[in-house]
This record gives sequence, C-alpha cells and structure tokens, in this order.
Amino acid sequence: MDTFIQQLINGLTLGAVYAMVALGYTMVYGIIQLINFAHGEVVMIGAMVAFSVIGALVGADTGLSAPIIVLAGGVVAVPLCIAVACTMERVAYRPLRAAPRLAPLITAIGISIILQHLAMMLWSRNPLAFPQILDNRVFHFGAATVTSVQLAIWTVATLMMAALSILVYRTRLGIAMRATSQNPLVAGLMGIDINRVILATFALGAALAAIAGVMVGTYYGIAHYTMGSLLGLKAFCAAVLGGIGNIPGAMLGGLLLGLVEALGAGYIGDLTNNWFGSNYQDVFAFIVLILVLVFRPSGLLGERVADRT
Amino acid sequence: MMSVRKAWSVPYCACIGMALIALALAVLPFALASVGTTWVRITNLAILFILLSLGLNIVVGFAGLLDLGYIAFYAVGAYVYALLASPQFDIHLPFWAIIPLGALVACLFGVLLGAPTLKLRGDYLAIVTLGFGEIIRIFLNNLSAPVNITNGPQGISRIDPFRIGGFDFGRGETFFGLNFSGPIKYYYLLLLVLVAVIIVNIRLQHSRIGRAWEALREDEVAARAVGIDTTRMKLLAFAMGASFGGIAGGIFSAMQGFISPESFVLVESIMVLAMVVLGGMGNVWGVIVGALLLSFVPELLRHTVEPFQRWLFGRAIVEPEVVRMLLFGLALVLMMLLRPAGLLPSAVRRRELARRSNLP
Repeated sequence: MDTFIQQLINGLTLGAVYAMVALGYTMVYGIIQLINFAHGEVVMIGAMVAFSVIGALVGADTGLSAPIIVLAGGVVAVPLCIAVACTMERVAYRPLRAAPRLAPLITAIGISIILQHLAMMLWSRNPLAFPQILDNRVFHFGAATVTSVQLAIWTVATLMMAALSILVYRTRLGIAMRATSQNPLVAGLMGIDINRVILATFALGAALAAIAGVMVGTYYGIAHYTMGSLLGLKAFCAAVLGGIGNIPGAMLGGLLLGLVEALGAGYIGDLTNNWFGSNYQDVFAFIVLILVLVFRPSGLLGERVADRT
Repeated sequence: MMSVRKAWSVPYCACIGMALIALALAVLPFALASVGTTWVRITNLAILFILLSLGLNIVVGFAGLLDLGYIAFYAVGAYVYALLASPQFDIHLPFWAIIPLGALVACLFGVLLGAPTLKLRGDYLAIVTLGFGEIIRIFLNNLSAPVNITNGPQGISRIDPFRIGGFDFGRGETFFGLNFSGPIKYYYLLLLVLVAVIIVNIRLQHSRIGRAWEALREDEVAARAVGIDTTRMKLLAFAMGASFGGIAGGIFSAMQGFISPESFVLVESIMVLAMVVLGGMGNVWGVIVGALLLSFVPELLRHTVEPFQRWLFGRAIVEPEVVRMLLFGLALVLMMLLRPAGLLPSAVRRRELARRSNLP
C-alpha cells in the first residue's frame, strides 16, 4: 500500500509536467492540425536557459533565497522560449500552412534536430547539473514521502492550468483562438487576425513548456540537450490520450499518463515475476498511445473524429 | 519518367552509357582501396543506406505513409542475423537461410505494427511508428535479463561473415593477381543486391500495386471508390518496406561483425528519411542521389570541418558530427520550404506538392 501511495505521488508529479507540455501540443494541433514535433525541444531550451541563469546567480553569490533564484531562472526562460517558438512558427510552419500535411511534419523534425544540436553547441554535450540550493524538505505520509519540490510543482502546475483555462474561456484572445480552431476561414472573415492568433497559441504553448522545463529539471536535478525528445513524445501521447485538440483532455491525459508510468514501473516487476523491470518505464507511454489510437482514436475527452483529411 | 518498356528497349548509345557506368562501378573499389580501405567501407555503408532509403521510399514515397521508426526493421533484420550466426547462442546457420528469415521477421513486425495503426491519419501514423522504433530499441537494450537474448547495451560481437563453401566474405583473397579484400567482396555483393532492389523497385512502381499506392497517396477516398482495398495496400507497402529494411539489416550485421542498440537510434531513422526527402520522394533515382549525398558529404565534412576551423579561428569549435546533424536538419527544412518535391522529383509527386489548397 505504501508503494502504491508513493508511486501515486511520483506519478502525479510526472503527470503535472506531462500535462503542461501536452497543452502546447494540443493547442497548436487544435488550431492548425500540426503536430509540433519540435515542442519537446522548447522544453529542453527552457530547462537549459533556466539552469544557466540559476547557475550564474548561485555563482555570483547574490544572497537571494533559493526559490527566488529558481523563479528568476523561469522568468528568463519563458520569454526566450516564446521567442524560439514564434521564430519556428514564422520560419518553418507558416510558409507551409497550405501545403500537404507531410511537409510541415518533416520541417518540424528538421527544426527539432537543429535546435537540439544548437543547444549542444551552446551548452554542452554533457548533462548540466542543478546546483544544490533548494533544501528539499521531506514530508512523511506513513512510509510514503512528498518533497517540497513536488509540492511546488503541483502548485505551479495547478496555477498555470487555471490561468490558461481563464485565458482560453474568458478572454477575447481565447474566443479568437477557439473560433480559429473551429474554422480558420470563417474566423478570418469575422475580423480575427489568424496569423496573430496562431502566433499567440505558439507563444502560450512555449511559455508552459518553459515552465515545465524548469520543473522537470529541478525535479530530476539534471538537464541535457536530448531531454526534450522523449519528454515531448510522451507529452504528445498524453495529448492523444486526452483527445488531441482538447484542452481539459490534455490536462487529464498528462496526469493519467504520469500515473500509468509510475504505477507501471512500480508494479511491472511483481506482475511479470521480474521478467520485466522498471527499465521498461518508457515503453508504457507508447503502448498507451497505440491502445488509444486503436480503440478510441478521439481520445478520452475528444469528440471530434480523428480521421479528418 | 521512363516507363519500364522503354527502359528495356534502350537505344544504342544508352547501352554504351550503361556499360560505362557498370565498368566504373566494377573498378571503383580498387580505385578506392588504393586511397584507403576505409573508403571502401564507407562506400559499402553508403550502399546499405541506399538500400534502406529505397525500402523507406516504398512506404513514404510510393504509398505516402510517413514512417519515423523505419530503423526498427533494420534492427530486426540485423538482430535476427546476429542471433542465428554468432557465438551468442552458438548457432551458426548459413547466410542464405538467415537473410530471407530476417526479411520475413521484419515483414511480420511491419504487419504487426501496421495492422492496428494504418487506419489512422498520416501524422498519427508517424508518431506511432516513431514510438514503435523506440519500443524495439528499449527491448533490445533490456532483453539481457533474466534470460540473455540480445546481450543488452553491450551488443553482439563476433558475428559470422557471409560464407559460401570455402569462399569467405570476411577474408581477403587474391584472384588473377588482384587483391580482393573483405570489404571489396562485400562491395560486389552489395552492388548485386542493390541492382536487384532497384529493378524490383522500378517494376513495383509501374505495376498494378504501384499504381494502387499512387492512387492511395493522391486521394484515399477516390482510391477506395475505384475499388482499391486501401488497408491491404497500405499493409503491403509497410510489409515490403520492412522486409527490405530487414535484408539490409542482415547484411549490415554480417559486414560489421558487431551490432548494438546504439546503431538503431531515432536519429538513424531520421537520417534515412532525410535521404528520401532530399532526393525526391517516390523517385528511385532521386532517392539514390539523396542517399549518396547524405552518406558522403558527412565523410567529407569529417575531413574538412576541423582543419577549416583551425585555419579560420585557430581552434576547433564545432565537431564534424554536429555539423552533420545540423546539415540533416537544414536539409529537411530547406527542402520542404524551397523544393518540396526533392532534388530529382518524381513527376507525380511534384504535381502533388505544388498543389495548394485554399486555406489561409
């Protein structure tokens, strides 16, 4: 039972990160039906930038408290990631908006490789370590434990998702986004500047991705130039699980996927008589993806048919 | 594009041209060997990549299905060969028995992956295939315990080379006063396989199946309306592409003598895709050009990037490997933006990619 609660806690932490990244995929997909393959790299850049800033602040011995330093890292990372994502949209996706779907998908892969290797040149081939500044307080629930970093991740993720919901369902920009996702042509005729709405969508996704990058970096204490690809893929699986194009779906899908992974990794050894171990953790996301696509392609909360041409 | 009948009833001067190319290809390994055996090896790997690109071209170019996990089939072929012809289980079957088996197993995996997913729209398919590629790699990495099958990240070594009777592809021999080293023998074998694969590809493209794929790629609904069993055709494309990958994998395994999961990472899938895209999806000759370019340019970079930087900045800042990857990324992006049909586009593909819909 204690393992169960512990894995539940770990799963929810992982799930919060997946949900934040999945939102970026789902919003972009909802509006222009593009799988933004390079979204994972935005997460990576967020983590790398934040680590650099945090490292510099720690090295400069400013006497600031640890949470402020981490916050500063996030504050620098967000606008940079937004800039990267918007450039990406402008350079690689906008010219291909009317092209066959294969074309932007291939450029997205190209952009992803380019960003990864630029990051490697800028930072390093080796993982960056997070400076040990947070005193990670541990709270006990029976034999299960929650760290203060986990609590912080939950809080920030909840706040961000609440803010996003308000933005999408309560503001003019949100209305414009939803209109564009329903029918870009008609939305344009109603006076919505579609290009701006699409840019705004990319920017929102990138901001969430940057924060997710800071979170996952702080949680694991490490950032690496390849960290974005697998994380991005899993987040995409989460978005599909929840129903791609559907914002609450991405949140739900992220949390569920985190739980599946954590519980799966925790129990697979017992269930298969130690034939498979927790080193198969990365397989679960893809199995979930294939199962969802076979049995319920529209995802848990999606009502659209997936087979649109 | 040349129709098959025309290709067979070639005019006189084309015959001479072909003979010249054949002669050049026959002499090539000795010319390369005089520079260094490494170059023969590099050429062999380039031919392997042509084989892979042609296999992927069936899936991406002919049938229009984006497969991002293609290297998994290569891995399956390579591991089938390695497991059945190495000290790992102390099984040493002859290659002519294993290569078809490898193709068959890869084909089975192709069907296994395709059957549940081919009903999906293109971009979902891309992600699922990518996930599949990762799953295969994770399994190869971890199937070393509790029963050691793949030997995990250490990989399998001392794999048997190809052998027919006493003729061993791994050893050098001298015929007619010429020194046939191991790589040169493999070169001729690969060339033979390549010619066969090219012929199969061209015949396939103009066959009933090839036309069905083309129809399917152009407009799935219309294809179904004229009576094409789209799911079956897609599955066929997947299975065929996979078996070509399996064959290439088996040869790779024998040629290298050592394989590990490191050789079958996502980047390799993307590299093969870049070759297909760069050359021109759907055009056999274009794909060959793309594969040759992306195989040899990085080798040239390896020899020029560092000296050039030393000369320019006084020290090496960027490693050739990074330049290579940046080049792949740029090739993908720029090709799609500037010349979406590839360097040597197929006529149909060009028409298709030039078509613009009226969306904003």
